[in-house]
This record gives sequence, structure tokens and C-alpha cells, in this order.
Amino acid sequence: MGQKIVIDPVTRVEGHGRVTIHLDDAGNVEDARLHIVEFRGFERMIQGRPYLEVPVIVQRLCGICPVSHHLAGAKAIDCVVGVGPEGLTPTGEKMRRLMHYGQMFQSHALHFFHLASPDLLFGAGASVEKRNVVAVAREYPELAIQGITMRKFGQEIILATAGKKIHGISAVPGGIHKNLSIADRDRFLVGEKDFNINKMVDWSVAIIDFIKNYHKKNSGLMDSFAAFPSNHLSLVNKDGGMDLYHGVLRAVDAEGRKILNDVDYREYVKHIQEETKSWSYMKFPFLNSIGKENGWYRVGPLARLNTVDFIPTPLAQKEFEEFRAYTKGKPNNMSLHTHWARLIELLHSAEKMKELLNDPDLQGNDLIAKGARQREGVGVVEAPRGTLFHHYEVNDDDSVARCNLIVSTTNNNEAMNRAVGHVAKAFLTGVKEITDGLLNHLEVAIRAYDPCLSCATHALGEIPLRVSIYDSNGMLVDEKAT
Amino acid sequence: MRKKIVATTSLAGCFGCHMSILDIDLRLVDLIELVEFNRSPITDIKKISKRCDIGLIEGGICNDENYHVLKEFRENCEVLVSVGECAIMGGLPALRNNIPIRECFEEAYRNVPTSKSGGGIIPNDDELPIILDRVYPCHELVKIDYFLPGCPPRADLIWETLLALVTSGAELPYELVKYD
Repeated sequence: MGQKIVIDPVTRVEGHGRVTIHLDDAGNVEDARLHIVEFRGFERMIQGRPYLEVPVIVQRLCGICPVSHHLAGAKAIDCVVGVGPEGLTPTGEKMRRLMHYGQMFQSHALHFFHLASPDLLFGAGASVEKRNVVAVAREYPELAIQGITMRKFGQEIILATAGKKIHGISAVPGGIHKNLSIADRDRFLVGEKDFNINKMVDWSVAIIDFIKNYHKKNSGLMDSFAAFPSNHLSLVNKDGGMDLYHGVLRAVDAEGRKILNDVDYREYVKHIQEETKSWSYMKFPFLNSIGKENGWYRVGPLARLNTVDFIPTPLAQKEFEEFRAYTKGKPNNMSLHTHWARLIELLHSAEKMKELLNDPDLQGNDLIAKGARQREGVGVVEAPRGTLFHHYEVNDDDSVARCNLIVSTTNNNEAMNRAVGHVAKAFLTGVKEITDGLLNHLEVAIRAYDPCLSCATHALGEIPLRVSIYDSNGMLVDEKAT
Repeated sequence: MRKKIVATTSLAGCFGCHMSILDIDLRLVDLIELVEFNRSPITDIKKISKRCDIGLIEGGICNDENYHVLKEFRENCEVLVSVGECAIMGGLPALRNNIPIRECFEEAYRNVPTSKSGGGIIPNDDELPIILDRVYPCHELVKIDYFLPGCPPRADLIWETLLALVTSGAELPYELVKYD
């Protein structure tokens, strides 16, 4: 008799989700699905609200990377007020960039130290008591204190640029409503012994060494776990370098051939479409030119390191070269290498923050640009978890007429489903007893994508993981909460 | 003295309140000396496994699953706290309360410009929870003992509240209790 396994809730990722695995009569994995179980309806709720509210309202999709939504929304509204993505004043754009790199830094630190490190330090098969940040703090206190302090640094940058650590307010249509005070600047540049930008750069380098050593010892696992070919998509700067705040859309296939060649993101509708499946609230985007079947792609740190030609900061560039050399310059398709890629971006973000903090434009007073009112705007940024699209149409009375959102985790939907299927086949086939550790392997695969399921369904919360076994007739045979 | 046991969950929220808990920064290290965490998104404990002293709820109630989790918390926690605007009054997700849910689905899955080839499906599956007619504040469905305002409540407020509950009798400084 065929069976179905459900994991619910998936924990230590941000959002609500559930995994079901269907087994065939012989006990082999037939199908595995990540269901996203939350729905908010932001596209409709925002209709009728004044466009001025967009950057402040829409970030409440997600409290984990609100800055990304704040800025993608603001960039879309920049178009509506006729300033466009490249018409901001230097102070306006650089303040937003500092906010964004602060966000990238805190989010990547949070993911690595608070959520993923228990798997790496204790192993995915470790007991449930160990698989959390509390155990990390107890057994590796120095590492935990570094992680907490790095996240705090990013959050303090956000506070200084956005006005609040979570759900800030400073990005306004056409610019920013404050500059960076000298006192704040010096606090970040000089600060205290363990709280300044140089320390953040040093610690970022050190944590990359940690993951490289981990990889040396565990290359068998890291290279094969949920590794599968895919396309990769991200923004890149017009010169081909990494740019997380602004650029053009580029996609490459598993061999590195460009399948979307640096196009203007304001025309994203031409290039990207979404499919809906009955069993998940999260949609499945794909590249129009290739179609549903093979046009899906990955986004996020791994994808970005596959699409860009270089990273425009020296230390991260050095790490990037080593990362790319490992796959001989070809795209890296190994899911667990996302952790490595994420930490290279952590370092890049620290270097960018340092560069910006030393830029006198941040103390400028020309904050907001003005232009001729348009009816429509698209804003795209590279959020910590990948490419994030916001699109608004605005009525003559300044109210929002329509809204479309494709968030990072949605872009990774098919990839996460593939990863779950891959691991299910590798670890569950033919196994009679389902252990917690085994199930956690499935979560590890999902967690590598750092999915923010709250964002994805335009909702957030704990990602619940329950595993149920169903037979081929859809009858519940067994169930286990991990 | 036995450590107080704390459980936390995010229902129809954005996780910002949980992020604000993490914003207590290095006090986290002190916190784990004072309390033991049970079910929480930061642990891998997925159902409350023993009687808890304190339950922190982020988010309101938008589907049947949220309601079951809220009930689980009320039945197993001595003190239940609504953390943040969504738990207290539905918050931003409750913007949909004046809109028929059908319209929200239509917009998200059929009307957006990237769904032309989506085939017009609206998700509907046994694995998906049942969406409620509107988003409810927690205290409309179960008894809530305390309310922490803010979107999200500031880390200092969360920290002082936990200290006050753990050491019982300590008072919250009035200046800490602020709306946004």
C-alpha cells in the first residue's frame, strides 16, 4: 500500500509550511511537496490606499526582511513620482543602500548563526534538544556572541538609517527623509572594541573560514545533499558586478549560458509568469521564454554568485574567486553551498557598509528628488533571500489601483520542492521507521534556501512541519510531528 | 528555583515580533539562564511538550490552524501574552476584514499581470487550512492575560516583561509601554 508522509511545522525557517511525501506501493518516494499554508491577500488589501503608504504598509508582509520590502516598494513609487530608479540624489540613494546592506548583513547573520548553525555544529541527525540556538550558545558561546553582535550591528545600521529596527519609515517617494548623523557614523566606524565596522569585516572573514573548513571535512555531504541542476536569476549591475540594490535582470542556465541577458526589470512581466498549483498558496514563477516545465529558476545567495561576473569589494571578490574555482567557473548547483555563498555576501555587505560609512554624501542635505507623476511603477531589489519584485498602478486620485508582488521565496518555490523531493528519495526510500533526524534532513534542505514563507504567502510565522504517511488511495496511515 | 518555561508562536503575523525578541541581543545569553524554551520557531519542538509558565503569541487568527495553535497555547500556558498589534487587534492582515475573501483570491491568483498563463486555479487542497471569514484578535477567541503594544513591541519592553513575569512582582516602567 502506498503511503504519504507529512512534516508540519517546518521550524527554524521563517513562515508557515508543511511537507507531504507520497510513497508508492513499494514504499518508494513517488512525490514530495512543500505546501505553503498561509494566505494574506495583500494585492487586494492595498487597493485604494494612498501610494505614499506603500513602503510603510507592504513591508509588514515580513518582519524578517522588512527593509527589502520597504525599499522595493519605495523604488516602485519612485517611478510613480517620476524620479525613476536612477534619479535619486546621492544622499537619497546612498542612505537607502546603507540601510539595505545593513539588512543583508543582519539577515545573513541571523540565518547562519541563529537558524542554520545548529545543523552544521551538531549534525542534522542530532537530538531535538540540541537543534537550536540555545544549545549553540551553551556549547559554542564565543560563536554565539559573535553571531548576536553581528546581527545587532546590522539592526543598529537599520535603526540609524530607517528610524526603527523593524518596520522603519525613512524611505519616501523620491528619496529618504533623513541623513546619517556624524555621531552615528563614528559609532559604526570607531565604536567599541567589539562593535565597529572593522570588527564586522574581520568576523565575516573568520566565519567564511569556518564554513570552508566545514566543507573540507564534509564535502561528501555538502556537495551531494539536494544538488540538482537549475537556472539561476538575480539582479546584476550593468557592468556585470554584484549589486544588491539596483541593476538589470540576468538569468543563467545550469551550464552558465545567459538565458535572460541583462534586461530592464521594469519589463519583468514580459519575461516572468507564474503558475498556481491547487495544493499551495505560493505561486510557481518561471521564465516565459522557456516555459513552465524547464523555465523555473533559483534565486538568493547561490543564484547571485552564479549570475554575477565579479563582486566589487576586494575581500569578497577573493572569496568569490575561490568559490567559483571549486566548480571550475561553472554555476554551482549544490543547495548546501548556499551557506557558503551567503557568508561571502555577508562579507561583501560588511565591506559595502564600510565604504558607505566613509562617504561624505551620507551627511548631505539634498534628500528628495522630484519628477513628473506617472501611472505605474516597478521596484526590484535583491533581498537577502533573492530577487524581490513590487509593481503598482496608481489612480489619478493617488490611490493604488493594482499591485503585484513576486517575493524571493516564491521565486525559489520550485527549487525548494525539488530539493525536498531529492532528499526524500535519498533518505526515506525503503526506510520503515521515520526518525526525527531523518525528517530533519528534509528541513535542512528547505532551510538552505532560508525561505521566508511569511513573505511568500505575503504572510509570516512559524513554518510548521508535520509528517504524515498516506497510502496511494490518499488514506492516512501514520503521522508524526517532528 | 525551577526555570520558567516559555513557549512562543507566530500566527497571522509577520515574524517581526519574534525578530524584536531577538533584538534583546546579548541579553539572550542571560535569558537562557532564566528560562527554558519549549515550542517556539527558534527550537525544533513543534508541539508544546509540557506545562508552560509563559506563552507569547504573535499575530492574530486568520485560519483554523491558527485557532488550534492558540487553543493549544491557552490550555498549556499559565500566562498568555498578546505580543504586538496583530495579536492585539488583528493588525495589518485585518485590512482584509472589509473585503470579501473571494476578491483577495481573485486578485492574487487571477488578476495580477504575471498570472496570465496560470490557468485561473485558486489553491484548494486538504493540506491547506481553512481561511476564516475575517482576521480575529486573540482575545476574542481565548482569554489573554497581558498585551504588549507596538509594531513590533520594542525589544526593551519584551525583555522587561519577561523579567517581570519570571521574577514575579517586578514592575514595568511606564515609559517602556509605547505604541509605534
